[in-house]
Amino acid sequence: MKTCYINGVGCISTQNTFETEFLSEVTLNETENVLFANQPSYKEFIPPAMIRRMAKGVKMGIAASTKALKEANLDLPDAIITGTGMGCVEDSEKFLKAILDNNEQFLTPTSFIQSTHNTVGGQIALGLQCKGYNFTYVNGAVSFETALLDAKMQVENEEANNVLIGGVDETSSHTLELFKLINIIKSEADKPYSVVTPNSKGVVFSEGASFFVLENEKKDNSYASVQAVSIMSALEMDEVQDYIGTFLAAHDLKPSDIDAVVLGNNGDSEFDGYYDSTKTMFEATPQVFYKHLSGEYNTASSFGFWVACNIIKNQELPEIVSLNSLKKEKYTTVLLYNQYRGKDHSLIVLKNAKT
Amino acid sequence: MKVAITGMGIISSIGNNVEANYHALVNGKTGISTIENFETVHKDVIKVGEIKLTNQQLAQQLGLDSDNNFSRTAMLGAIAAQQAVEHAGIQHINEYRTGLISATSVGGMDMTEKYYYEYFENEACRKYINSHDGGDSTHKIAEHLGLKGLVTTVSTACSSAANAIMMGARLIQSGQLDRVIVGGTDALAKFTINGFKTLMILSDTYNTPFDHNRKGLNLGEAAAFLVLESDDVVQKENKKVLAYVSGFGNANDAYHQTASSENGEGAFLAMQKALKIANLKPSDIDYINAHGTATPNNDLSEGRAILRIFEENVPEFSSTKAFTGHTLAAAAAIEAVYSVLALQNNSIFPNLNFNTPMEEFDLVPQTTLKEKTIHHVLSNSFGFGGNCSTVIFSKK
Repeated sequence: MKTCYINGVGCISTQNTFETEFLSEVTLNETENVLFANQPSYKEFIPPAMIRRMAKGVKMGIAASTKALKEANLDLPDAIITGTGMGCVEDSEKFLKAILDNNEQFLTPTSFIQSTHNTVGGQIALGLQCKGYNFTYVNGAVSFETALLDAKMQVENEEANNVLIGGVDETSSHTLELFKLINIIKSEADKPYSVVTPNSKGVVFSEGASFFVLENEKKDNSYASVQAVSIMSALEMDEVQDYIGTFLAAHDLKPSDIDAVVLGNNGDSEFDGYYDSTKTMFEATPQVFYKHLSGEYNTASSFGFWVACNIIKNQELPEIVSLNSLKKEKYTTVLLYNQYRGKDHSLIVLKNAKT
Repeated sequence: MKVAITGMGIISSIGNNVEANYHALVNGKTGISTIENFETVHKDVIKVGEIKLTNQQLAQQLGLDSDNNFSRTAMLGAIAAQQAVEHAGIQHINEYRTGLISATSVGGMDMTEKYYYEYFENEACRKYINSHDGGDSTHKIAEHLGLKGLVTTVSTACSSAANAIMMGARLIQSGQLDRVIVGGTDALAKFTINGFKTLMILSDTYNTPFDHNRKGLNLGEAAAFLVLESDDVVQKENKKVLAYVSGFGNANDAYHQTASSENGEGAFLAMQKALKIANLKPSDIDYINAHGTATPNNDLSEGRAILRIFEENVPEFSSTKAFTGHTLAAAAAIEAVYSVLALQNNSIFPNLNFNTPMEEFDLVPQTTLKEKTIHHVLSNSFGFGGNCSTVIFSKK
């Protein structure tokens, strides 16, 4: 069985993560309940006429995937697998609004064509002329993790030598308003917002795209290897420790083997309790959080994956993502745990490629 | 490595369970009709494959409380998945490492389009806001089954369910799971009706797959699920195996966001890969359940791809979409059930409404019910975004 290495990354987020060194330019937000992506200029990735037509998610996906491929020095992947929780909401809203406002008359197909969840994966394939395996997973907070699991199996089984994977979600105005109505998004009255000490329901909502090239070959520029991925549909808070313990044991790991644990805390007072038992379990381990930088969206965990990749590659844990101020000299084995509203739990183990 | 199918469930416009669907298929009884369950200005100019049960009736069948927030997509899925689990004789769903992989194209769009503006005025309907995304319908199905484990959703437009079957088979083959419930669900929605209408590929009458004068597709709604189990579980539980998933292939046409390439490159590659994985020659295939949507573009492209694979020896083929309409993300799941039924009953189901062969090539689908020993069925599904999928089902 081959090992699955991460050999290229590209990340567009609410921070300037696309054109800078790892987290070298970050700003902390306490006052906005929605954060928008810090988008690069798309000129070098997409023809100008198409830039105007394409929705944000597609553009972010194309740019982030181009960067990941370039870093991995790969022209054409064997497979493209994307994950997106909400899909192409911008075009979906546009088309639905046109249907409702004009009583199903005078419609044009463009936004419908671009509304399907696999538009990003399809457009990347079209641009690269990639005729290989092309999948899109759409299952809330495990959309990205399913893509990762699928790719990992294919690389390990030698069905694919290399796979481009990514998590992408865009915001759109109507959906944001709906999420505010039911307090998925934090209320204005609850400012200032905090992820470390959650004091209100809901999340700071955002968007982004993180893409990765996975290959069966270790290279000088490898970030890490993907050792294990687990997905669990739902858990009670008191079941989390057992879930993590069983998962680690199944991969011959103990909590003390973990050099850093990357947690998906998003500042929602109703659900961040899910991470409490993990914090206890890994009391002596450096703890990392990231959603104070990325905000929350269904594939925000792909931003966390990007953070973990960089910590391992750089062998350095930046202060800005440190949750308990603990540091280690070496980051060999890193565990990621994420969930959203008690559902779609995922665990990932990454290992330093150089060990 | 083959993966066993030990149960299946289905609800479509030609029947609310496997037996009813089989009965309609062998009797040539179409489910295409005029839309009744919701209002649309296109009501009188299109035909659809609609399940003639209201949301209230579906909720009642599932025993849901009045405060439930199931979209129609979730309800159809839960009904079909429950049938599949019962058919497989599963008593304790979490006894083995069990997963659920569903497929949907628009998820809870049926509720979103109903309450899009009303959400702001009426608090009572806000329970549906969280039912919109694709994963919600899958979670609802999992909860209905009491399933806790790997639950996820595929959305690759009209090929989605084939890909759910593929991922399920892969998870069993790699030893990650012992049992996976795979399939897809999609409810009719104004969103998709108007979408396909703007693309001008909706027929104003009964769809006629592979006919020279085909005018486009009829949309339909349906859900179907299969239970896939590892050899270990089959042996331990002494399970009756209905058929096997013996091969699968997925490729991208990389030609156009919605249209298929003229020579059916993606479809060709998907069939080729599936045959390779199944370790079969084209001549081993006894029946092709074609995608056959009856759009000018699909049937020409798919026909050419079939000719490229099978050359002079194209086996009997038919599209069952004249029965059910095109049920989008559920299509490959209901057609998987039909493929298994074809294997079990050694029957090829007719391609209804066919009169005139296409002039581009010499391909004539099977238009009457035909009995024939069937060992292997190849089922095609293609979707927007260039997505092309093939699954091969085998008796042994």
